[in-house]
Amino acid sequence: MPTRRRALLILLALAALALASVLLALGAGSVRIPLREVLSALFDGSANVHGEVVRSLRLPRALAGFACGGLLALAGALLQVLLRNPLADPYVLGISGGAGVGAILAILFGLGAAAIGGAAFVGALAAMLVVFGLAHGDGSWTQSRLLLTGVIVAAGCGAVVALILSIAPDHKLHGMLFWLMGDLAQATSPHLALGMLVAVLVIVMPFARELNLLTRGADLAQALGVQVGRLRRGIYLVASLATAAAVTQAGSIGFIGLIVPHLVRLAAGNDQRLLLPASALAGGSLLVIADTLARTVIAPQQLPVGVLTALIGVPVFLFLLARDARRRG
Amino acid sequence: MTSAGPLVEVRQLTVSIGQRTFCRDLDLSLQPGERLAILGRNGAGKSTLLSVLAGLRVPQAGEVRLNGATYAELGARRSALLRGWLPQSRGDAFAATVLETALVGRHPHLDRWGWESTKDAQIVRAALAAVDLADFEQRDIQTLSGGERQRLAIATLLAQAPQLFLLDEPIAYLDLKHQIAMLELFATAARENNAAVAMVLHEPALAWRFCDRVLLVHSDGLTECGPTRTMLTAERLSALYHYPMLAVECEGRMSFLPK
Repeated sequence: MPTRRRALLILLALAALALASVLLALGAGSVRIPLREVLSALFDGSANVHGEVVRSLRLPRALAGFACGGLLALAGALLQVLLRNPLADPYVLGISGGAGVGAILAILFGLGAAAIGGAAFVGALAAMLVVFGLAHGDGSWTQSRLLLTGVIVAAGCGAVVALILSIAPDHKLHGMLFWLMGDLAQATSPHLALGMLVAVLVIVMPFARELNLLTRGADLAQALGVQVGRLRRGIYLVASLATAAAVTQAGSIGFIGLIVPHLVRLAAGNDQRLLLPASALAGGSLLVIADTLARTVIAPQQLPVGVLTALIGVPVFLFLLARDARRRG
Repeated sequence: MTSAGPLVEVRQLTVSIGQRTFCRDLDLSLQPGERLAILGRNGAGKSTLLSVLAGLRVPQAGEVRLNGATYAELGARRSALLRGWLPQSRGDAFAATVLETALVGRHPHLDRWGWESTKDAQIVRAALAAVDLADFEQRDIQTLSGGERQRLAIATLLAQAPQLFLLDEPIAYLDLKHQIAMLELFATAARENNAAVAMVLHEPALAWRFCDRVLLVHSDGLTECGPTRTMLTAERLSALYHYPMLAVECEGRMSFLPK
């Protein structure tokens, strides 16, 4: 029996996890900074070197990571409902493919970080419009058609990316590969992504119970009072924009969008009223923790965070799946 | 609450998909308390007609009115308070408990930010008990048998508590005992709550026993509608199914056997 009280308790616990993960990210790194100093840097504005490191280097990166993880997990949860497919993730509809083409082209032409982000966003929007236009062209709309169109567009983008990689000069390959694997090193201004995360939650939460119905099938949802066509178009748009914002900020970080909604579902059930905000909090926390590890495991060298999200996410997911199978069997 | 007129009324309804026309110029109305059986061969368009009646599909011509208003005038939510629809097939993409699944039926009764109250839970538990699933509350729907899944769908519909029930093969997958129990359930809803019921059936004997009127949907788009006793004859059913049928009377009830 889903109740508001249970949902609030779970969300409170996840909010505490999010806070802890951000504090961990602020303290850990090539220079360890104790918690007391982290707090004083945040709240007293202490002017020493540690305060500077926390405020202007680690805090923006941690917040950007949190926002991107939250956006990806939220987009994944929304697309799994929209496509009624547990295997859907934010990239399945070709959005990251389009962003990848844009970003790699920008790196190839030697543009700066802001231009790379801009090109990625334009690429993401272009892919989104192409998929939506092709899948929705004649007014009909089926999940499998949308999914297939997305998969094909993503494959096409992948081919273009591979083509550029094969002709790119060697000294640009490292930057391209890091972008493709997902990397938060360039994430210096978290405001856009954080604002996007809040905006997406504010937009989708009023429709959370209707999304529960959509998981049971479009016709049944319509019969129970959901305006299915409008809801689906809105969800597609919102999930695409969320993905585009995250990918623009941090490259194609894998697994968060697929695995986090499943983790939450296995732990707390499939009620979207809880699942959506819980996914945002858990996805943000997981990405912040993974990025902290990426910065510290072989410091001062940094790993692409996308590799670590997969390394953390896969065993946790397999454990929960096995536990769930035992409990049901 | 119920107006004096028919609960559902269609005039000059034509339903088609692509080049095929399923029923032509159909006039039909159902009063509160009435039970209608829809019979016809596979692919004759029974389910399509039912989804048009449910407002899920737009007819080629004509219109459907619920309590005098069209679906467009009512809007999705107010329609959901008036009519319920039992689909023929369901796929469950995600795991959920039986209780959660049946609670979905309460959706039109809750406001946008509302959560299911204990009263909603009581209604749903009563519905689960009515379909003989009282002990299944916490079971995962993906572990249910086909018949249990069908009864859960009926419980969801009962939790929705509409005035018009549109049932697509409500007794598919059910054993004999539960077939009768479910049909009794809808008969009670019609008798005591003034609900109207339209159901697609494949068993003329059960239509004879549980319905006041019968709509025969022929494969060529023609339809015949009338009282059960006049519509359900061996001659008409033979023509409907393109197979010779035999009418047998037993203990005051009619049965129809393929020859």
